[in-house]
Amino acid sequence: MNQSLHNGADAYLSRYEGLRDRLPGDAAIRDAAAAAFKAGGLPSMRDEDWRYTSLRALAETDFGEPLSMVATAPILGDAIDAPRLVLVDGRYQPDLSTPPVGVTVTPFSENPYFGRLPDTKRPMAALNTMLTEDGVQLHVAAGVDAGALVLLSLAPQGHRPIAFHPRHGIHLEAGAKLTVLEIARGEGAYLHNAVTEAVVAPGAVLTHIRLQDESRDAFHVNTTFAEVAEHGTYDAFVLTLGAQVARTEIHARLIGPHGMVHLNGAQLLGGQQHGDITTVVAHDAPNCGSRQTIKNVLSDRSRGVFQGRIEVARAAQKTDGYQMNQALLLSPQAEIDCKPQLEIYADDVKCSHGATVGELDADQLFYLRSRGVPDAEARAILVRAFLAEAMDPIAHDDARALLERAIEQWWEHRA
Amino acid sequence: MLSVNNLAARIDEKEILRGISLDVPAGQVHAIMGPNGSGKSTLGYVLAGHEGYEVTGGSVTFGGADLLAMEPEERAAAGLFLAFQAPLELPGVNNANFLRTALNAVRRARGEAELDAVGFLRLARTESKRLHMPDDMLKRNVNVGFSGGEKKRNEVLQMAILRPKLAVLDETDSGLDIDALRIVADGVNALRSPEFSALVITHHQRLLDHLVPDRVHVLSRGRIVRSGGPELARELEANGYAGVVADAA
Repeated sequence: MNQSLHNGADAYLSRYEGLRDRLPGDAAIRDAAAAAFKAGGLPSMRDEDWRYTSLRALAETDFGEPLSMVATAPILGDAIDAPRLVLVDGRYQPDLSTPPVGVTVTPFSENPYFGRLPDTKRPMAALNTMLTEDGVQLHVAAGVDAGALVLLSLAPQGHRPIAFHPRHGIHLEAGAKLTVLEIARGEGAYLHNAVTEAVVAPGAVLTHIRLQDESRDAFHVNTTFAEVAEHGTYDAFVLTLGAQVARTEIHARLIGPHGMVHLNGAQLLGGQQHGDITTVVAHDAPNCGSRQTIKNVLSDRSRGVFQGRIEVARAAQKTDGYQMNQALLLSPQAEIDCKPQLEIYADDVKCSHGATVGELDADQLFYLRSRGVPDAEARAILVRAFLAEAMDPIAHDDARALLERAIEQWWEHRA
Repeated sequence: MLSVNNLAARIDEKEILRGISLDVPAGQVHAIMGPNGSGKSTLGYVLAGHEGYEVTGGSVTFGGADLLAMEPEERAAAGLFLAFQAPLELPGVNNANFLRTALNAVRRARGEAELDAVGFLRLARTESKRLHMPDDMLKRNVNVGFSGGEKKRNEVLQMAILRPKLAVLDETDSGLDIDALRIVADGVNALRSPEFSALVITHHQRLLDHLVPDRVHVLSRGRIVRSGGPELARELEANGYAGVVADAA
């Protein structure tokens, strides 16, 4: 193992030794995760799943513990008109939150439920399991349409590097509906290493929209394990704008017929930012569909990664899987790495994948400018147009508008 | 209005324009005709400021200003409009938003107040009706899924909304049936005024029946080899370019 990754892993393990007796929940689960993390360490680029994303800078940062109390109410920032659950440095803040109707909210610290889906053989999920202190568990009863809520994660300090590992759960009973808009923001250097379990019961619809707008010095690792039963829908969108190194990893499993998974996303990166979207969609049941449209807008020396695996089990006949990764390179130094993988064991399936890389089209740009649109505005129009295919399907109007505003701001501050 | 003086331009080391001189006074319509590869479209692109073409000599003044020193968007704001021979498709860009963005950019540059959404839609509907365009063309993405004729009409719509002082129409007649041709010509004729000029690039006499030019210029191998009145277009239609081009050579 690389020395700095090794030392970084040791630091987390010794932190666990020190905190072990004070952490909530089943110590046996944490011990097992610690053993797995000790065996594997922080992922290195020699691990196939981490081939394009280096955590070396993360390993070399000495992260401390978050302060135990929130001294002053942080600035909550732009959100949508919906109930809001606020976490500061990974800890749930009931005083800053406006709990929703129709959703039962249980902080992890009060009822430490680790969930049944997270795979602690995955190193960052193991690290989360070992060290998590808090998070929110959301539950919607059968048949309830609970509307939308905002899950806001803030790291407002910025004085010294801290690490937090929130553990979330979203459970929708049969026929339930919920839209979760997660927003992550912060100041300075920190590690936000979240794990989310999402369970979608028969006929339930979970819309899971994420705006990752972390500090440019932050590390953001977000691992979601989703399970979708028959006629259920897991509709996810992630917009990656922030962090120096970001990894959004989604494992979605379709376990009943006629389920649907959408994993759409966009990454807009500049400077030396690195953004990684990694998905695994497992079709275990017949007649299910999955759709993935990922758009990358990469400027300066930034690097985008998309790894997408579709697994179709022998039983999953009539699977309809689609995956498309597109990159717009705004600079000759920007880079995109794309690794699509199809693993198909059924014989009657429709699965397609594709990838495109390009620059802004010079003729389209000239066409706009010849109509009087200034160069910078013309470029912005073409970037928005490039993103439209991924953004337009976001059914929640206010959430889509929020993401569009965030994109406008990103574009304005880019120069 | 437009004064082109000994203009030379090339693309990828290939000389296309080899010294073009041309004056289009305000209020006049001039036609540029000539065989394929004579440089007609290049002239349009160079006037509009396409970066793919390198101007190697000569000058162009437009309304007294040095046109070649301006960015493409500045040329548009100054009142130049190029109707593209092959209008670009812009997937993901709504046609009405595109038109409004362009109009307001031009109005801003001209020191005029921007139009709000309501005022703009009223204008766009009026103009598109005049061009017999279905309302949904405003709602669709720019030129995406448009037929050849619809794309050309969309160019004329842009022109009608941007109200240029000089329109360069690059084979706007190609791919149009007789009815569409008349609609497009009517659209241009509607703009005719003492302050409006047009440079009509075409292969055929047909368009010039509806859009009668003050002058006709024949372009061959990057030079104007002959100029005349509207009767020159009819002569070319009857006898072809061979005679005119051979005379000059």
